[in-house]
Amino acid sequence: MQFDHILIRYGEMALKGKNIKQFITQLQQNIQQKLQDFPGVKVKRTQGRMFILLNGHDPVPVMEKCKKIFGIQSLSLAIKVDNDVEKIKEAALYALKENTNCKTFKVTVKRINKDFPVPSQEMNQVLGRHLLIHTDGFTVDVHHPDVEVKVEIRNEATYITSSVERGLGGLPVGSSGKTLLLLSGGIDSPVAGFLAMKRGVELEAIHFHSPPYTSERAKQKVIDLTKQLTKYGKSIRVHIVPFTKLQQEIFREMPESYGMTIMRRMMFRIAEAVCKKESILSITTGESLGQVASQTMESMHAINEVTNYPILRPLVAMDKQEVIEIARKIGTYEISILPYEDCCTIFVPKAPKTKPNRDKVIYYESAHDFGPSIQEAIDGIETIKITGNTDVEPTFEDLL
Amino acid sequence: MVIYLDNSATTKPDPEVLASFQKVSEEYYANPSSIHQFGGNAEKLLVAAKRQAAQLLQVEQEEIIFTSGGTEGNNMAVKGIALEHQQRGKHIITSSIEHPSIYEACKALEKLGFEVTYLPVDEKGIVSVDDMKKAIRKDTILVTIMHVNNEIGSIQPIAEIGKLLQQYPKIFFHVDNVQGFGKVPLHLKNAAIDLCTISGHKIHGLKGTGILYVRKGVALFPLFHGGEQELAIRSGTENLAGIVSLVKAMRLAKEREEEGIRHMSELKSYLIRAFEKMEGVFVNTPENSAPHIVNISVPGIKPEVIIHMLGEQNIYISTKSACSSKVKDESMVLAACGYSKNRTTTALRISLSYENTMQEMKIFVDALERSIKQFKTTME
Repeated sequence: MQFDHILIRYGEMALKGKNIKQFITQLQQNIQQKLQDFPGVKVKRTQGRMFILLNGHDPVPVMEKCKKIFGIQSLSLAIKVDNDVEKIKEAALYALKENTNCKTFKVTVKRINKDFPVPSQEMNQVLGRHLLIHTDGFTVDVHHPDVEVKVEIRNEATYITSSVERGLGGLPVGSSGKTLLLLSGGIDSPVAGFLAMKRGVELEAIHFHSPPYTSERAKQKVIDLTKQLTKYGKSIRVHIVPFTKLQQEIFREMPESYGMTIMRRMMFRIAEAVCKKESILSITTGESLGQVASQTMESMHAINEVTNYPILRPLVAMDKQEVIEIARKIGTYEISILPYEDCCTIFVPKAPKTKPNRDKVIYYESAHDFGPSIQEAIDGIETIKITGNTDVEPTFEDLL
Repeated sequence: MVIYLDNSATTKPDPEVLASFQKVSEEYYANPSSIHQFGGNAEKLLVAAKRQAAQLLQVEQEEIIFTSGGTEGNNMAVKGIALEHQQRGKHIITSSIEHPSIYEACKALEKLGFEVTYLPVDEKGIVSVDDMKKAIRKDTILVTIMHVNNEIGSIQPIAEIGKLLQQYPKIFFHVDNVQGFGKVPLHLKNAAIDLCTISGHKIHGLKGTGILYVRKGVALFPLFHGGEQELAIRSGTENLAGIVSLVKAMRLAKEREEEGIRHMSELKSYLIRAFEKMEGVFVNTPENSAPHIVNISVPGIKPEVIIHMLGEQNIYISTKSACSSKVKDESMVLAACGYSKNRTTTALRISLSYENTMQEMKIFVDALERSIKQFKTTME
């Protein structure tokens, strides 16, 4: 006997009204896609539930994959047996014994199939007695059990589960449209992307690359970060903008203290152009209010002026420490802290304006025509599609 | 022809492993921490090696720390946990048959005020989970138990101990798997292991290479401080050529594991059957032990004498473990199993590799039998 199914519970999605079906279909597709590497695994829907049929695969790696899929509130390993009292007894005993660290249990029987001859209450007692007789050291505690052995007698079969693991929650990626993430290579922006995905948003990313001031390794870092993010969603396209010329121009033509503000404005202009071209409806950044000079209220006011696209700032109210915690959890922190310059850290003025004035910025910019350089940057964009399987690193097969 | 039967001391490096070592030394000698592209390539190779090691061990990439081998890994785990978590308690549990790199590290910690419980083993060289349970105290911070014993090949109930320790989330569980990797399967995650030592040169890799698995979230006080390589747990410029060669050796070992275990088990049972028929020879290796180690005693004959007699015929076996052979007297492991002095002081270890052949076993058995006879006649 072994766990042959994984039971998936939806969280917030279950609260949706008529469009719930669309969310569930999306989740089913996302799970199927993530489990491609497990041939024979099937994802089935029944009322209010989803089941993964393991078809002989080790449940542990499948569970691990599922724990990275948004839209799953919790999951449990389940055993499917025929609607037969003896078989249910045997499976319940197996499910309980798998919980070796526990001492107390409770049995909860749900009889959805009313044709099943034994009523729920009686079935509770039958199973409880069977488990007590055939185990050592377990006692019943109906109020605060260490393990709850849940038995669902459905029309087609009975499912038995004994432990619940938390999923990521949120909404299935792909159910809320697409956003363009400004991805610098730092700690914040990948976390912002992760949180946007949590709300069901699909990502594309834009990165500003300034060779030779920034190295190939900085670009590689962005690709690595993107690959890490694909683990939580779908493939992600990265738009790499050649930014050197425009940056040099800003620092040549504009007052030094406003250089950073104007650079950020250029980034948003280019990001908006990409959004228009790719039919993306919003821009996402890793900005957190007051964290650095470009993220003060005044800076946001001066910078945001260049676009009327919605700008999602999932980290706006977070402390750095909270962001780092998430970055560690999702595996981007180790990549982000690699010490390569990005385009935000070079050309930093000695004293950047922390309270830039919007009118002044507009006035300074009007003195120079950046149009051609902006267009050149947009025309030079290189787009790379990163999937979970993209070999972002050479494989070194001959050496390893 | 050399018949090499001292594979638990060290193994012959695989030619493919050597080729990797040489190529990486020649072509990827840049420092992975250097920011130029050349360093970048070295770093990519390092990351690829780490990824492959993680896949082979079925753990996460950031849980792999490359070390210089078994002794370092064991010291890093035992001292690292002790020093980092001593505020929580100063009690450590280990067994009485550990490798000196665990045993001596524990002894050293005793001098720093730690208390160590050395669990006994039964006559088969196995610790009891019950004893373990009884030894656990409120101030216990570490349990360190080897997977496969290096002298007699006994296999410890690691998974059961792991299960037991899951009830004590504050106790870290370290496993010395230097002798087990590639010979006795062990799933680190399923056995709830927090730290695990692996060595390269026991699996046809090179000396000076190894891995300490450190489960995510486990903090260690580093033995080496410096440039913060290996997640700052083990500073020092990465031995990239060694690392790559180690991971290759691990892959080869894993690929050959199933067939290798079957093959060595056959050789081992042949040897045991032959020894059981030999007069004056006692088999110390218990049943259900690792497939590559056979330990025997020949009371009345100094083991060194047999070693040298066989050595003259290019057959190489050892007395106890090579690491403790310099300490004369008796085998601590056999003494812990409860054997009498005439057996504990006359032990010989034959340790196999998947490369050994049945033909070699036959030659060796003949040679051993002749040596014993010859010795007895000269002495009479």
